[in-house]
Amino acid sequence: MRRWAAFLLRLYVAAACVCLLAPILIVVILAFSGEGYLHFPPASLSLQWFARFFGDLQWQHALMSSLLIGAIACLVSTTVGFFAAYAFLRAEFRGKKLLLSLMLTPIIVPSIITAIAMYYLAGRLGLIGNFLWLGLCHAVIAMPIVLLILLAALHAVDPNLERAALGLGGSRLRVFYRIVLPLALPGILSAALFAFLASFDELLISLFLAGVRAQTLPVRIWNSLNLQVEPTIAAVSAFLIGVTTLILAADGILRHRRGRRRQTAG
Amino acid sequence: MVEVDSDLAARRAPAAVDELALLAPVAAARGAIELRGLTKRYGEEAVVDAIALSIAPGEFFSLLGPSGSGKTTTLMMVAGFVQPDGGAVLLDGEDLAAVPPQKRGFGMVFQNYAIFPHLSVFENIAFPLRARRWANGAVAERVSWALDLVRLGRFGDRHTHQLSGGQQQRVALARAIVFHPPVVLMDEPLGALDKNLRFEMQVEIKEIQQRLGMTVLYVTHDQEEAMSMSDRIAILNRGRIDQVGPPGEVYERPANPFVGRFLGEANLIEGTIAPQFGDGTRLVLPSGHELRAPSGSRRSDGGRGMLFIRPERVEITAGANAAGDVRQNMLAGTIRRCSFLGNILRYAVDVDGLAPITVDIQNAVRVAPLPVGALVVLRWPVAESLILPAEP
Amino acid sequence: MTGSIASPWTGSPAAAKAPRDPTPLLLLPGIAMLVLMFLVPMVLFFVRTFMEFQGGTAAFLAQARSLLFSQPYLTALATTNWIALIVTLAVLLVGYPIAYYLTTATGPSFSLVVLSIVLPYFTSIIVRTFSWMVLLGEHGLVNDTLRAIGVISEPLPLMYNRLGVLIGMSYVLLPYMVLTLYAAMRGIDTSLVRAAEGLGASGFYTFRRVYFPLSLHGVLSGALIVYILSIGYFITPALMGGQHDIMVAMLIDRELEVAVDWPSAALMSLSLLVVTLALYAIYYRVTDVRRLIGAR
Repeated sequence: MRRWAAFLLRLYVAAACVCLLAPILIVVILAFSGEGYLHFPPASLSLQWFARFFGDLQWQHALMSSLLIGAIACLVSTTVGFFAAYAFLRAEFRGKKLLLSLMLTPIIVPSIITAIAMYYLAGRLGLIGNFLWLGLCHAVIAMPIVLLILLAALHAVDPNLERAALGLGGSRLRVFYRIVLPLALPGILSAALFAFLASFDELLISLFLAGVRAQTLPVRIWNSLNLQVEPTIAAVSAFLIGVTTLILAADGILRHRRGRRRQTAG
Repeated sequence: MVEVDSDLAARRAPAAVDELALLAPVAAARGAIELRGLTKRYGEEAVVDAIALSIAPGEFFSLLGPSGSGKTTTLMMVAGFVQPDGGAVLLDGEDLAAVPPQKRGFGMVFQNYAIFPHLSVFENIAFPLRARRWANGAVAERVSWALDLVRLGRFGDRHTHQLSGGQQQRVALARAIVFHPPVVLMDEPLGALDKNLRFEMQVEIKEIQQRLGMTVLYVTHDQEEAMSMSDRIAILNRGRIDQVGPPGEVYERPANPFVGRFLGEANLIEGTIAPQFGDGTRLVLPSGHELRAPSGSRRSDGGRGMLFIRPERVEITAGANAAGDVRQNMLAGTIRRCSFLGNILRYAVDVDGLAPITVDIQNAVRVAPLPVGALVVLRWPVAESLILPAEP
Repeated sequence: MTGSIASPWTGSPAAAKAPRDPTPLLLLPGIAMLVLMFLVPMVLFFVRTFMEFQGGTAAFLAQARSLLFSQPYLTALATTNWIALIVTLAVLLVGYPIAYYLTTATGPSFSLVVLSIVLPYFTSIIVRTFSWMVLLGEHGLVNDTLRAIGVISEPLPLMYNRLGVLIGMSYVLLPYMVLTLYAAMRGIDTSLVRAAEGLGASGFYTFRRVYFPLSLHGVLSGALIVYILSIGYFITPALMGGQHDIMVAMLIDRELEVAVDWPSAALMSLSLLVVTLALYAIYYRVTDVRRLIGAR
């Protein structure tokens, strides 16, 4: 590529990156604003909005709800997804492709429809505001992501390792516990992290199914936004961004370890 | 067998006499493999087509063939990882169809080693023993025996990424034999090693096999490897066995041109089989010249055949004429090319109306190679000639 | 063939006696979850609301016809598709160079660009939308900056209108396009480009005749994904749109929340779902076939 064209491209991409990251960075900066309204750049810095966030009972309840529901979604989707991924990769049966497509439909169907349908059922069963049920619904949404990550992670585990272990006399349980699980662990952790994140950030289903008791952080932000845009929202948002960044960093480390281990095997 | 005794001693305290008596005859017969009509189809194609074999206990048996000939699939069916579409695998007379891989008790060595990357060398080798719930003390003793056997005595604590390819392969070997299996299956285990290391490992594997007396079913595409290690070789061609026999027999008297070419350089001279008279078979070449082979040589219907002779059996002399000899076949030709291969000189000789004949001369005495274009006479004993069915 | 080995085996096929592999059973929890918590609610939602409709089938069909051809619905449909189209094109134009750059970048530049794509992608949509509200509002950063430098005197209406929706949705959907394009571009054999240039083709000509056609299946996949996601969007348009930018998803929500008209909501949901699934089917065929052709 011509020199000037390459330079222009770099410039363009740099500008694009700024535009992509700016909104997020701005929110984080705003969260530390010392003013009483949203003005950028803030004239002074303070932690008042974080204090307000962590001190407010309602926000705290929302945080706890998000964490609890996230944990449920994470646990359920990772476990179920792991078994499913293993079956897809190691078992022989018909209709694999079709079944896989079906299991990926939750991310394809418009979330508004999923939310309403789940709302309908939950309403009928009297499960609006039920933490466990909301966690399970989130697990359904998180499953496709978990499945995709785990399919990739398990695919990298040499099937000959399992055959060797079986042939050497290991029972299926022993092979699973001593060979498959340890080798797939970084992938499992990655999947768990993203499952948690998917639930933590989820808005639409929570909006319909949370009721009064199970309001998650995104739901509270939505409600606040519809009432009045105040800086506490910025602090909550900054918190969410922090969680996301942490999880992405953790996944990066895990992927680094995965890559290293793969290099050394055989 | 001495090995059986140490087996028991390691596992429990004084062995009951009854148990020994029970095990002894079984131990002596352990490790006979039989394949009956073993078949595997992928779609319409039969990748393995009704293979039948009988392998004696303690035999080193190779499945030799080009890639795609079905040898790995056959091995996988013996191991139990692939379900056959037809036929059966028998171990000491028992049909293994209902027996899952983890209960068959075979040792296995894969081409890519399949060493567990997250376990130490010790734990890798200990795996089959732990799976059989051996006590820790017994495990340590047996694993250290296995490590010594493959000459990796001090490597127990190492992790697999610290080992070279050859060392990893030895760990795989140690792991496969540590629990004294009656049969060991090997799928091209030396394919990833370089030439010198490969030869070293061949010797080691053969020595271990003979010491422990186990049956080995060895899959490879390398004919030298198969010939140097095996008691018997089965040559696979597109899912079928073309020939089974000891290396010498298969090399010197192949059943068909495919086998002949696969096991080494081969000369296959096409001609028409003339009506037999007296002793032996006559092959008439397009030029009218005749070659002879002993009677009983195989031939196809339709009268066409190929005369088979190995390059190292052919004598080459300069000159246009040579005295005839009733016990020898003769052809006259010109030298097309001479290649220096280190331990041999290989000539390609053009003979009128035929494909070039290959002649190998050992580089025992330093002589000047015959020049290109020189007229030569080729000679070889009739007794060593073989008529094979012509290729379709 | 070779007589010494063959022993005729006339027994039954071995497969009949082989032990059954229990592994496929591991799929049961996943399938159960999918069916019970995803398919069942869907089916129940559609079937029951249609069944609960008073008046029988004929009246139902009449209602359906009047709803689906009603002004608000058709307008919403047009708005939705129009916005989806614009967003797809915008995201394609903006994202194509970025994806290309990713194929050539290494080390820290690569990581930085990937981070810029991935961090917004994983940030909660509500946070992203909120940040845009901060930026584009009347007293938001963009307007304040422009006024400070003196480019404008009155604040630009960037929020609560179609422009706001377009900006917001493009921001959210850009990562999908970039990641899909990148995956496709990685498979392009660069030696082809070099060969073209070696044969004397100018940069632009090479791009037009060699590179772009090779990247086409990535473009199609990315465009389809973005379009499919756009037509179902609710949150961003609801927060950033104006009175006149009603998309189908918002209409559905309105029927439910405001009018509590379940059958209408169900009907519109069904039509949206059908379109989405049809497009997804196309996407599936396109990527499958392309993978066979484009894969090296």
